[in-house]
Amino acid sequence: MLKDILTTIAPTGTIDETGEILSLTIDAKDWREVAVQLRYHEGCKFDYLFCVTAVDWKTHFTMVYHFDATEGRQRLVVKAKINDRTNPEIETVCDIWRTAELHEREAYDLMGIKFLNHPDLRRLFLTDEWVGYPLRKDYDDPINMIKL
Amino acid sequence: MFEEVGRTETGDLIINIGPQHPATHGVLHLVITLNGETVKKIEPHLGYIHRSIEKMCESLTYRQYIYVTSRMDYLSSHINNHACALVVEKGLQIEVPQRAQYIRVILDELNRIASHLLWWGAIAMDVGAITPFFHAFRERELITDIMEETCGARLTMNFMVPGGTMMDIHPDFVKKTKAFLNFFKSKLPEYHELVTGNVIFKGRLEDVGVLSKEDAISYGTSGPVARASGVSCDVRKLYPYDVYSQINFEEAIETKGDCYARYKVRMKELEESIRIIEQLIDNIPEGEFQAKTKAVLKLPKGEYMTRVETARGDLGVYITSEGGTTPYRIKFRSPGFSNLSALDHMVRGSKIGDMVAIMGTLDLVIPDIDR
Repeated sequence: MLKDILTTIAPTGTIDETGEILSLTIDAKDWREVAVQLRYHEGCKFDYLFCVTAVDWKTHFTMVYHFDATEGRQRLVVKAKINDRTNPEIETVCDIWRTAELHEREAYDLMGIKFLNHPDLRRLFLTDEWVGYPLRKDYDDPINMIKL
Repeated sequence: MFEEVGRTETGDLIINIGPQHPATHGVLHLVITLNGETVKKIEPHLGYIHRSIEKMCESLTYRQYIYVTSRMDYLSSHINNHACALVVEKGLQIEVPQRAQYIRVILDELNRIASHLLWWGAIAMDVGAITPFFHAFRERELITDIMEETCGARLTMNFMVPGGTMMDIHPDFVKKTKAFLNFFKSKLPEYHELVTGNVIFKGRLEDVGVLSKEDAISYGTSGPVARASGVSCDVRKLYPYDVYSQINFEEAIETKGDCYARYKVRMKELEESIRIIEQLIDNIPEGEFQAKTKAVLKLPKGEYMTRVETARGDLGVYITSEGGTTPYRIKFRSPGFSNLSALDHMVRGSKIGDMVAIMGTLDLVIPDIDR
């Protein structure tokens, strides 16, 4: 049911049913269009953005969005693949789900992903002068980092 | 950051509250734009106690990382540990013994009562009543004593491990918990007499900081904050874990969405927690308290997400595993972080005095937000 809708709104995406939650992997440039559909399409109505996070795969990044629909109780994971590692960019969704504003600032702060059209993209936890993005796998801080 | 103090071009006053301020309950720094006494904008500055737990966990094994998570939402440390144990159990398909499941749920609910008691004392203090704090701490002390006996710690317990609990319960645990419940039940009417029906208290909270249902969902709020706006979001009901599916309890829901509704939801949850413990405490099955697990835990390659209901809301633990002994990437979706994002929306347009009441009913724990 949901799978059929997903193939129509994201024809280039791949759907994975093996996990606990249905997951959809798309390219970062398609993200904005898919996001609008996920929120407003009759069969989706994913109104609750539960979790936003970024994963560094050393060659590329993925943004992982966990969704819940408060009506109908569907769950979905969307993974948007960002191939450009030197200058990772993706469209913001904080006008669709307001909670994304702080979550995206966190991802920008710690992972260095730029959210296009974000109203207030600044560092959230670290100071403005901080160099580098600590959650990246290649981040190194010889003074402050404790290696276990 | 502090040079921001001053006036904007339109003559609005910019002030800083925190990082050290009694109303922020921790090191939260708010930059507030004021027009007279009316709040025009609130901007949280975070990171004063950011420990980068997510990065730390990338080099900790699945047995070690439990200890760090107690330090996130330190008022729900049992429940944090529970989430971390559950995600590993899910990945390795460990069957947790019934006894451990019962103990874990009882401890979770005791922890929830302790957390809500501290909040109850603090919100009363925020709006100007000192006495309730001492009432709340009298009862809370009994819970921390029970925890100390069984877990060896009063605040950061680290008691729940993948496969069950770390130790068996103390021989006096059942007796003392029952004694506490009886005592607490006799005191709860006093709480309502002292605070719930109080005219001044109601005046400070009613119709203040209203959050509509749509906004509650859009801002990703969870726990008592969302339930006070009429969103049914109790993880214990929606995605039950351990023995919650067998227990008879009600989800506390209010529809008004103001500060007083959030207050009522938490007070109702206190009663429901008592109900849950009473159903379990006499029936703790005999048997093992921990499943037999391998000495070295390796999560199979893949992604795992678990959600539990902490005292503050919906805590999500998301692990990306590459098959090793440590997580490749771990993300803690903390309830306080999302609840905080609604603060600006709720406070805008109200008086600065109301901000303290609104923040009080959000029940923010800063280490949970900063992680």
